[in-house]
Amino acid sequence: MTDVLRTEGLTKDFAGLRAVDRVDLSVATGDIHALIGPNGAGKSTLVGMVAGRSQPSAGRVWFDGRDITTLPAHARIRAGIAYTFQITAVYARLSLLANLELALRDRSRTRAVQALERVGLAARADQLAGDLSYGHQRLLEIAMGVAQAPRLLILDEPTQGLAESEISEFNTLIRGLAGQTTILLIEHNMNVVMELADRITVLETGSVLANGSPADIQANLAVQEAYLGHADG
Amino acid sequence: MRSAALHLGLIAVLVAAGLMLPAYHQGNLARILVLATYSIGYNVLFGYTGLLSLGHAMFFGAGMYGLGLAMHHGGFAPVPAFVIGLACAAGLAAIVALLALRTIGVAFMIVTLMFAQTAFLTVLYFGEWTRGDEGFVLQQATRQIAGLDLTNPTVRYYAALVLFSAALLITARMMQLRFGHVLIAVRENEERTRMLGYDTQRHKFLALVISGTLSGAAGAAYALLFGYVGATFTSVQYSIFPLLWVLLGGAGTTIGPFIGTLFMFYLIDTTSGLTNAYLMIVGVVLVLLTLFARAGIMGEVRERFAPWLP
Repeated sequence: MTDVLRTEGLTKDFAGLRAVDRVDLSVATGDIHALIGPNGAGKSTLVGMVAGRSQPSAGRVWFDGRDITTLPAHARIRAGIAYTFQITAVYARLSLLANLELALRDRSRTRAVQALERVGLAARADQLAGDLSYGHQRLLEIAMGVAQAPRLLILDEPTQGLAESEISEFNTLIRGLAGQTTILLIEHNMNVVMELADRITVLETGSVLANGSPADIQANLAVQEAYLGHADG
Repeated sequence: MRSAALHLGLIAVLVAAGLMLPAYHQGNLARILVLATYSIGYNVLFGYTGLLSLGHAMFFGAGMYGLGLAMHHGGFAPVPAFVIGLACAAGLAAIVALLALRTIGVAFMIVTLMFAQTAFLTVLYFGEWTRGDEGFVLQQATRQIAGLDLTNPTVRYYAALVLFSAALLITARMMQLRFGHVLIAVRENEERTRMLGYDTQRHKFLALVISGTLSGAAGAAYALLFGYVGATFTSVQYSIFPLLWVLLGGAGTTIGPFIGTLFMFYLIDTTSGLTNAYLMIVGVVLVLLTLFARAGIMGEVRERFAPWLP
């Protein structure tokens, strides 16, 4: 198995509306795989079904060669998938350290501090997460995903709302994970995508529009832009 | 360390208080300790897990009737009857949890309220055994454990203190374990907690069973120590009391439930000695507390002076 994640015919219907339409997605082990497309293309719904937040209407999901379609979310996380939310979801009334200890599941203080060091927040370990700036909360959220040392890290628009300098820190952090962690990245910022991604899947109105290397997609981009109506990013 | 000192210190003060207080206050405090145990049970679910139940009287009542009926009709001795009371509360909590935890928020409040109403009506329906509203008295002669007469005020006080201490130390320890941290995480953000790999549904189930069992222990002890079993204790007001006590004392603090119960008991006791319109004074005090101490007494202490408070 070279694909850590594979979906087959994954479909999600919401009261007559087909949000995700028979998506076959393969994410190769070790890759940074970007998922792009306009708002409402079904990107978040798709990764939500991969992480177990919602059940597909049809289709199957394989993780590490194992069919996880009916596995509940918490069991998928324990199997090695980490998920970061599009809308920041840290524990605002708990300290940064407590946030990380929960993410680590083993309550190891040393590893929690190390994970904070990785995003440069170790000095604020005892502060409440809710007192951090928005950018720092995003970094904390990413740190909580990275700290789990997952085999698949799902990042849903991680750079949304980050300043340029923070984005470059984020890029460095993610590049540092290359090789160890497979990353499925939903991203609107095309600079980030082009800089990080090994492979890109373009989603539009719930279906896969294109799939290829950044160069392939970029070569295609003029056409894409015309087709998509507007480039996000 | 500080939290162990706090809890053991509180217990030490209560041990000493039992020797020094005049009979009237010793009697009051015995009752407060049993009701505070009920609050502690309620706090596990409401304060730490963030689930607001409006039906905890059914668990208090399950413990009370489990013990009461076993002693009154079954002829059981207090200890096995107490175990039966605990089992009834735990069993009922498990059943209610399986059904009610399929709902969240307001629906959960209503479902628990409905279950508790059903429990209340069940007690009335089987009036032949429960004597309904009128209730029944547990004979003084049967309320003995290993030669200790639980009707003796001092013995009763220390029996209540043993129960309270056990509940306090168990919950304090629980909140230091990962299990307790996950309960708080569920309260703060359930979806986030699920997406960190925790089975939040299982944690909520266990929290409700623990909460119901502690409440049942308080109900069983109340019947045993004060010798009376009646339907009033399963009525809706006994579901509201622990909510009020916990809110006043500080939801999600270990000693808040005791402080809230103590405060409320003496607030009513003092004001009702002054005037017939004591409920008005009680109301004003409660309004002031909600205005100026939103996190409850111990919650406010934690925010202002002692962030380490468990």
